[in-house]
Amino acid sequence: MSEWWTYTLSDFLLFSPRTYYRLFELYNAAIWPAQIVAVILGLAIWALLSRAAAVRGRLIAAILAGCWLWVAIAFHAHRYATINTVAVYFAWGFGLEAALLIWTGIVRDRMVFERPVDLASRAGLWIFLLALAVEPAVGLLVRRSWRQVEIFGVAPDPTALATLGILLLANGRGRWALIVIPAMWCAISGVTLLAMKAPDAWIPPLAAVLVVSLAIWQTLTRRRARRLA
Amino acid sequence: MPQPATLTRRNFLVSLAATGAASVVRPWNAAAYPAPTAARPGPILTRPIPSTGEKLPLVGLGSWITFNVGDDAVARDSCAEVMRAFFQKGGRLIDSSPMYGSSQEVIGYGLHKLGNPSRLFAADKVWISAGARGPEQVEESRRHWGIPRFDLLEVHNLMSWEEHLPKLFAMKAAGRLRYVGVTTSDGRRHPEIERIMRSQPLDFVQVSYNVLDRDVEERLLPLARERRIGVICNRPFRRGELIRKVERSALPAWAGEIDCANWPQILLKFIVSHPAVICAIPATTRVDHVRENVGASYGRLPDEAMRRRIVAHVEKL
Repeated sequence: MSEWWTYTLSDFLLFSPRTYYRLFELYNAAIWPAQIVAVILGLAIWALLSRAAAVRGRLIAAILAGCWLWVAIAFHAHRYATINTVAVYFAWGFGLEAALLIWTGIVRDRMVFERPVDLASRAGLWIFLLALAVEPAVGLLVRRSWRQVEIFGVAPDPTALATLGILLLANGRGRWALIVIPAMWCAISGVTLLAMKAPDAWIPPLAAVLVVSLAIWQTLTRRRARRLA
Repeated sequence: MPQPATLTRRNFLVSLAATGAASVVRPWNAAAYPAPTAARPGPILTRPIPSTGEKLPLVGLGSWITFNVGDDAVARDSCAEVMRAFFQKGGRLIDSSPMYGSSQEVIGYGLHKLGNPSRLFAADKVWISAGARGPEQVEESRRHWGIPRFDLLEVHNLMSWEEHLPKLFAMKAAGRLRYVGVTTSDGRRHPEIERIMRSQPLDFVQVSYNVLDRDVEERLLPLARERRIGVICNRPFRRGELIRKVERSALPAWAGEIDCANWPQILLKFIVSHPAVICAIPATTRVDHVRENVGASYGRLPDEAMRRRIVAHVEKL
């Protein structure tokens, strides 16, 4: 692309904010009552986090993988791709995250959860709960219709944010591979919302930066603790 | 006398009929091309395509962003109503591109719903890096529109133009296309587009031109006149930014002198009053806006002094 410096964010936006949020409205109407199932699955993750079940890592990974796969197919491939040609690639990315969750969390059982004791894991729990309970209300706060609400498990942003929060609670190897795609999605979503001048555009990228920073700090702290032990 | 302060884009076009005295159109510096041929309330103003003399109304309909509504049935119907109003007001040229998401399909939906209006002038683009796949993309676009052939095909943003243009000229020679052109936007690649205008037998060139973005006045518009290439102008409102800027202030009293009832018409008449310009292609999702926009194809056009006045006024806002 020549003269790339002359392009602005809005040059890459091919749809209007109205069309974008109508997409969620029509999607929510089409998949109802899948939202209820998704919220129940989110609450199930919360319940699993507070219990010492032996298989909770696998169960949480399975739930998250199912959510990522759903969003890949039902949202990106079937809905978003009708107004954004690159949404097909988003679908592949979300599908890849689902595959990584299955491989890392179920096949290799590398998602180990402990009680949230340090700052990062406590923050992770809060980010997960915010994605589950507060993120859907953000649209209402910025005067969008409740019909356009974005819900964990069926919409990309809260699913990515919740996953990032959960990954801060996880203690197994392979966590970094699982962080990459949700963090990238938060950046893409933030840029899209910014191009649409959405007042909540800062939420996904800020959350991703926070999670990545905390994950780095957490990893370094754990290494230091292991060396001292 | 209309109240200037109340005449905004959101007002319906009501006062143009009061300008019946405006019976003579005098575009500025109209020596090279024939003048637009009517004044309100007469027939719509047109300007001839230099290569054939076929007349096109001065305001067309763009589809970037506005018609990319996907499978939203309500929005598709709304776009069809915009197209209906556009044709009812006398519009002809509708512009799209494979780059515009679902816009081509939505145009096809609208055309089908409106019974394929015969006055349509279908303008689309080829936008693919592999030249060999250009004809395939053109055929896919044609299927989306649901028309037998395009009137105009342009190479979008000069992408692989060396490969696409010969194919488009061959289509034209075979009678499967009527006009060929190239496009650019937001002032990009002007030296290259100038070289193409000098070396290729283009019918049209599409560039960004509006009251604040006037770079093309220096070289490209004079060259278009010299080479007898018709000019289509995109970004007439800077994606709405200009409308938001000017509508904060009252409609100037002199708007009546050029038969403008609202700011969009002033902005559009500035563009189409340049003699090299065949038409401007504002995009909209609203029926009242498309009526306002096509309304700029009626009545008196600004002369050179008035054009300078418009620029000075808008630059001060």
